[in-house]
Amino acid sequence: MSEVAPPPQTQDTVAIEQSLYEVHHKIHPRAVTGWFATWRWSLVWFTQLLFYGLCWLPWNGRQAVLFELAERKFYIFGLIFWPQDVFYLAILLIVAAYTLFLFTAIGGRLFCGYACPQTVYTEIFLWIERKIEGDRHARIRLDDEPLSARKLSLKTAKHGAWIAVALWTGFTFVGYFTPIRTLASEVLSLSLGPWETFWVLFYGFATYGNAGWMREQVCKYMCPYARFQSVMFDPDTLIVTYDAKRGEPRGSRSKKADYKAEGKGDCVDCGICVQVCPTGIDIRDGLQYECIGCSACIDACDQVMDKMHYPRGLIRYSTENALLKNWGRKEILGHILRPRIMIYGAILVLIIAAAAAGLASRQPLKVDVIRDRGTLEREEDDGMIENSYRLQIMNVSETAHRYTIGVSGLNGIEVEHQRIVEIPAATTHSVVVEVHAPPESGKKGFNRIYFEISAVDDAKIAVREPASFLLP
Amino acid sequence: MSDFVSGFWSPYITVMVLTGVIGCGVFLWLQGRARYVAGQTMGHVWDETLEEYNNPLPNWWRWMFFLTVFFALGYLALYPGLGSYRGQFGWSSQGQYNREMAAADATYGKIFAVYLKQDLKTVAADPKAREIGQRLFLNYCAQCHGSDAKGGKGFPNLTDKDWLWGGTPDKIEETILNGRNGIMPPFAVLGPEPIQDLANYVRSLSGLSHDPARAAKGQPLFASSGCTACHGADARGNPMMGAPNLSDKIWLFGSSEATIVETITQGRNLTMPAQKDFLGAAKVHLLAAFVYGSGGGVDAPPTPVTQ
Repeated sequence: MSEVAPPPQTQDTVAIEQSLYEVHHKIHPRAVTGWFATWRWSLVWFTQLLFYGLCWLPWNGRQAVLFELAERKFYIFGLIFWPQDVFYLAILLIVAAYTLFLFTAIGGRLFCGYACPQTVYTEIFLWIERKIEGDRHARIRLDDEPLSARKLSLKTAKHGAWIAVALWTGFTFVGYFTPIRTLASEVLSLSLGPWETFWVLFYGFATYGNAGWMREQVCKYMCPYARFQSVMFDPDTLIVTYDAKRGEPRGSRSKKADYKAEGKGDCVDCGICVQVCPTGIDIRDGLQYECIGCSACIDACDQVMDKMHYPRGLIRYSTENALLKNWGRKEILGHILRPRIMIYGAILVLIIAAAAAGLASRQPLKVDVIRDRGTLEREEDDGMIENSYRLQIMNVSETAHRYTIGVSGLNGIEVEHQRIVEIPAATTHSVVVEVHAPPESGKKGFNRIYFEISAVDDAKIAVREPASFLLP
Repeated sequence: MSDFVSGFWSPYITVMVLTGVIGCGVFLWLQGRARYVAGQTMGHVWDETLEEYNNPLPNWWRWMFFLTVFFALGYLALYPGLGSYRGQFGWSSQGQYNREMAAADATYGKIFAVYLKQDLKTVAADPKAREIGQRLFLNYCAQCHGSDAKGGKGFPNLTDKDWLWGGTPDKIEETILNGRNGIMPPFAVLGPEPIQDLANYVRSLSGLSHDPARAAKGQPLFASSGCTACHGADARGNPMMGAPNLSDKIWLFGSSEATIVETITQGRNLTMPAQKDFLGAAKVHLLAAFVYGSGGGVDAPPTPVTQ
């Protein structure tokens, strides 16, 4: 498989010197309907309902999903993640990576074609563009026209709508970091903080710029994933392919004539597959790095095949091996379960299971023991040896708890003064604790002891934290 | 920013940086006129079939490079970067630190200022003030005096009734504000035998086990060697000069004979650093109230250190 397709060798490009810098030509993708377009729109609805809606969902008297950066707490439904839980973020990223590997190995750039924000927002922005300016031909005509009152009003309406969507997107994004209801009232009373204003505008600008102006250039020139994913492809990966054996030689024909007798293939060379392509490539030139696997050309070609009463699938999901060896659907599907897929799948399932088990057994209490460094040990009047500690007790749950502090590990070791501390929900308290033990209870120097902190009101909440106790 | 030691480096760096930045701009401009032939590879091949094409870059990308050049020049004009040149904004890390500290003082200073106007005993009884005081104590004092304020070898316990420099609210605040320097001069000139006699005498004052014969020899030495000048004739110490009471069971460095011999022979030099310029009067007021209320303050009812 060639990683980078050579530029098309048409007559006017051969041996003509060009500038090293490409002037951008706007792509006007034609509207497309069909099976894959429906899937893409379903995913647009799903991801965007989630994104625009989730931040409004209340939970336990707060926002269900909120990343509170100033307090360093991430609220996700019933869970509160503290900086100490960064481990779960790593797990989440690993799960995301393996899901990407798995789906890319099976079906190529599925993420790019259906779920990537760049695709999703471009789809939304294109829909707006189409509603205001019309479909491909109307838009090309409009862009070529000199400036007129009509053109100006259409462009103003389009950019106005785009900016509205973009600002709402920026507002929603910031709403995951500042409670969105607070944010909304701040916007309404024009008292938005400087950083919130900046991020709303910045994220809004990024949406407007990327989905309105940059579009396919983000995929072609900016996206690193688009570049490295080709290493996850193999000859059994499903890719959008043009069946050259069946289609060639292409050419227009009369519906009545027997095109096979004329020596022509199934491709009528209508060019619609090129017109619908959001990256402006011709899929008939083979797999190209620009192809984001959106399948718009499949939908378009199938409709043309239907009109011609030819079988569907001149452009279809197929694999390199299938094209080479003339495999049918059954053989292609049979090759999905290959070692690579099973390894990716097994690792993914294992990591998800381990993370789920970890989350299920997660204690809503964390304790850090910090031994006093200035003083090693002290002898008390009655001969007992005293060490002092600072316990950083973090109540990670959403209710206040009372905790008892105990200690074990040496004979006769105990916490001085019976210690019960009450810690409000989701807060940290630093508690100074003095522990004493008889001098003969352990060896000279370091002795391993354990602090046992448990909730008075819930026996399941208990943490055992190692510490060291010094004896003279 | 402290300047370079040699006058050579400032112009050297200025020239290097400007040549680099402007050179990048000139190179970019020249590249704009470069031409390539479509479909020709650069001649590099990897993994047998992977070839490098000289594909064109989008024009806006080139403009972003130009933008970085202009940004760099603008930055170098406004901020330090060209040798000793300080930039139009006159920014320095020291200046930024001072601004941030001033901003923090303006915000949090109000919280502390409320307590500064109150009497120290009132502050000590305020639970909110105690909480603030404990946090300050854990940050600034616990390194020497311990998280529980009970001190350690060479660092006094602040929760007992024994005070080197006085335990009234005023004295505690004075100690934290101005610091203290307690000096016990070395008495090695006395010779090892008399020092051991002295040590035994000192132990006898606290009712500790001692050699009566040596203690008897030590008693006249205590006055004749000058110990009484600071510790007093009754050895009960003098809070005016931070001289500890030798007749109680509280020992700053330890009560063993060997330790006392070491103390007399080598002397001791103790420093409590002054906090006035570092923490300021308002925080010191809260700290003094916390220490006073932690059980050791004279006239204060003993309460355990609690959260």
